[in-house]
Amino acid sequence: MLEQIFNNQIILGAVQAAIAAVLALSFMLLARWQEIHLENETIVALLRGLIQIVLVGSVLVLLLQGPDWTSIFILAAMMVAAATIAARRAQGIPGAFRVSFYGITLGSGTVIILMTGLGVIDYRISSLIPVGSMLIANSMNTNGLALDRFRGEVEAHVGQIEAGLSLGAAPTQVVTPFVRTAVRASMIPRIDSLRSLGIVWIPGLMAGMVLAGSDPIYAAIYQFVVIAMIFASSGLTSLISTLLIRRQAFTAAEQLILRPSQE
Amino acid sequence: MEHDQQNKGDVHPILRTVNLSREVGNKKLVDNISLEVFRGAVMAIVGSSGAGKSSFLRLLNRLDEPTNGTVYLQGADYRTILPRKLRERVGMVMQAPYLFPGSVAENIRFGPRQRGEVLADEQIEQLLDRVGLGGYEDRDTNHLSGGEAQRVSLARTLANSPDVLLLDEPTSALDDVAERSVEELLLQIISEENLTCLIVTHDMAQAARLAKQAVLIDSGRLVRVGAVEEIIHA
Repeated sequence: MLEQIFNNQIILGAVQAAIAAVLALSFMLLARWQEIHLENETIVALLRGLIQIVLVGSVLVLLLQGPDWTSIFILAAMMVAAATIAARRAQGIPGAFRVSFYGITLGSGTVIILMTGLGVIDYRISSLIPVGSMLIANSMNTNGLALDRFRGEVEAHVGQIEAGLSLGAAPTQVVTPFVRTAVRASMIPRIDSLRSLGIVWIPGLMAGMVLAGSDPIYAAIYQFVVIAMIFASSGLTSLISTLLIRRQAFTAAEQLILRPSQE
Repeated sequence: MEHDQQNKGDVHPILRTVNLSREVGNKKLVDNISLEVFRGAVMAIVGSSGAGKSSFLRLLNRLDEPTNGTVYLQGADYRTILPRKLRERVGMVMQAPYLFPGSVAENIRFGPRQRGEVLADEQIEQLLDRVGLGGYEDRDTNHLSGGEAQRVSLARTLANSPDVLLLDEPTSALDDVAERSVEELLLQIISEENLTCLIVTHDMAQAARLAKQAVLIDSGRLVRVGAVEEIIHA
């Protein structure tokens, strides 16, 4: 219906974005009615998301016409940005950015390099950047979930952790159960993605490929390939980040740093 | 400092704090405490709520870091001892038992296992007998009463054969009956094993029942040290 009213694609997009934003804001009002205050966070996130994606879209138009080797720098910049955002989920943990950066870079980077080397991901910039960004973004989300859950688990089990330390246990050992919980919890969305693939969720990549004229069966299979790669890179990220963050939760003298409140 | 004079059999104190302090933000939780504890001493640390008793105790096994001063364990500055080794030697029983999920036996084995020792079944039986819980080896820790759980916590700490035992309000989470029963157990174990013991309590009567000496702390500062009766009635 909107397409018939607006002939210009940019104006059409702006109207669609406005309608979607109203929908998102109506949820915010619903939450406010229940005294769940997400106003500032929601408005800032919506504006930021819109501006970022439009800017990136504009930049991509230029970048995707550049030489393929520039992908390395673009993906590296995405990894740094992802680590910065993910580290905010772990505020209060020293070295959260470093841990997130290693986790996301090693997790998504390994999968990107391996799968590009094997020819599963096309090395051309027009393919590598969109697929790589999906892997990095999902690794970032998983990293944030893992660190947030780890911190929550540690803060909820301070007594048990200090009881373990008091019995002469190594810090890494006393928090191992919470590392496992954090990794498991952070992977729930990824497992659900795989489970629901095609049944309750037809992802954008597949839809885009079909719209661009690809064989629907190939598009479906490639979508599975991407989701499986996301699963691998997210899992690797979660594991690396939580293993690295274990040590960060303690001082050099093996004292617990993460506590709900100091004394 | 001239403290703990009842145990002069040992020339050197087993535990000595020198100007021990901990400041968080602008708040002095522990303020310049110097204290000597001799082997076999049973010392209550008393004071009002928030006086810094538990903060002081937590510095003794380095669960928290002093911002000034240090602790000497048998003459060695404890900063030269690997923290986990220090905590084996200066064992701590906390206010709540904080047992690990699993069986009672698994909890008792936890400490020794950290240094690669596997306690034999007979040793577990002996430890549980000592705390009056013979036959509890296979019990799930989720199915213990408060008093039973605190006894397991004590046995778990004793399994490390610590040189010094720190008890942080060990009965405050228990009902009256369980409190008396844990107190009796503590008295029995302390006297049988000639343990060096520091007990934090807000309850002066309990201090008198358990300890021979007492340290009064107020606003993080050591106010007085002496025989428990003197401190209570001062």
